[in-house]
Amino acid sequence: MNDFLKNTFRIILFILVQVYVLNEIKNPVLHKFIVPYIYYLPLLWLPFSITRWGLLFTGFIAGLTLDYFMMTPGLHAAACVLICYIRPYIINILAPKDAAEFTYREPSPKAMQWTPYMVYVFILTLLHHGYMVFLEWLSFGSFLDFILKVISTTIISMLIIVTVELIFPRRLRFRTNTP
Amino acid sequence: MRNIFLFIRRYSNFFIFLFLQVLSLWFLFTYNRTHRATGLGIANEFTGWVNSKYNKIEDYFKLNKENQRLNRFNDSLLNLLPGNFSSRDTSVLSTIDSLVFDTTGRYRRYIFRPAKVVYNTVSGVKNYIQVNRGSAQGIKDNMAVISSDGYVVGLVVNVSANFSQVMSLLHVQSIVSASLKKTGDIGDIQWDGKDPRYLIMKKVPKTADLKKGDTILTSPVSFNYPPGYMIGTVADFKLDNTTGMYSLKVKTAANFYDLQQVHVIENTEYNEQTKLNTETKKKIEQLKNNPR
Repeated sequence: MNDFLKNTFRIILFILVQVYVLNEIKNPVLHKFIVPYIYYLPLLWLPFSITRWGLLFTGFIAGLTLDYFMMTPGLHAAACVLICYIRPYIINILAPKDAAEFTYREPSPKAMQWTPYMVYVFILTLLHHGYMVFLEWLSFGSFLDFILKVISTTIISMLIIVTVELIFPRRLRFRTNTP
Repeated sequence: MRNIFLFIRRYSNFFIFLFLQVLSLWFLFTYNRTHRATGLGIANEFTGWVNSKYNKIEDYFKLNKENQRLNRFNDSLLNLLPGNFSSRDTSVLSTIDSLVFDTTGRYRRYIFRPAKVVYNTVSGVKNYIQVNRGSAQGIKDNMAVISSDGYVVGLVVNVSANFSQVMSLLHVQSIVSASLKKTGDIGDIQWDGKDPRYLIMKKVPKTADLKKGDTILTSPVSFNYPPGYMIGTVADFKLDNTTGMYSLKVKTAANFYDLQQVHVIENTEYNEQTKLNTETKKKIEQLKNNPR
């Protein structure tokens, strides 16, 4: 499948899951503060080779799409643009140094090893939630609420992301010279 | 020019990031009601803060005018004080006076005039203050002067057309009749010429119950000063065994170092009172010379 189509499909799927599943469970099942977020996971799965322009615009559009579902234009878009901007730096730091080129096309536990991959996901999750909750918190709440909400949301999101990675291992293709 | 383009190209990612951030924040603060309200609130707070700072600086330049306006207004209020008025004894009506000052029979005893200090010393033993009001504005000798916060400053001793010279309390020849607020005992305020912060009060009777910090006011039996204006507080006192009177060290209430606006107080009956006083003395002298 084409990379572009595949990623578009993933993003749409994750946004739909986010809107119709995860946003619905927050009230009765979890505490009212906590909304687990995983819609940005496809953004972390985008290929290594994507240009940074493409990355930023993809993030912006994905975030804005979710925003229009949730009636908060700009909130998730801002957070997504932030993590898309930071993403290449984190990959540069955490990628295996000995390999001259990445063996795999996109970030995954297999491509980066589990620990660096989890650190990568954790840093971006924390940034995403921190920034998003900060923007939300501008309108209400106390500072303690802010910290608690960032931490708890990050933990829950990380749990769900690990589960997703374990249950649905992606079929990974090696980078080949043939186009 | 080329360098500018190179710079933009080099940091293009960052600029796109900034652009998208600003765009999403703009969405956020435009289309969300709570965020919009918060944003406007913060902006309001900030501009309010800047405005108040600017206002503070602006106020500083208007301070002089404002001071004078305030002093003038204070003066008009001081003129309305009921203590300025007194009434003739009407218990025995012998004649019907055609000159009535007030429908209730009261007449004005004290008149206040605002003035600004133009010259002032505290370092000598004979300190004078010059104020910018003179005989053309109705100032006469022997009028009392109080500071803008109502503390006694001194007495007018010389008048020119537009200025008058005030003998401050810090003058070795100044004698002011004063009374203790608590007991009403009367004494004389003088200055020994040593410390401009302290005055001396003499002739306070031994029976007076004194404490440090007691308030000293102008006495009700002075020709110049209206009663009840503060002169100072008792800082120290000791009994003079030779005379059997207390000698008090009095901390001045008025700050003589930064006098700016003052009020000049006229006693409308000063001439009559002093004339009576001197005539009485003369009469007694005559009686002494020609005993009956």
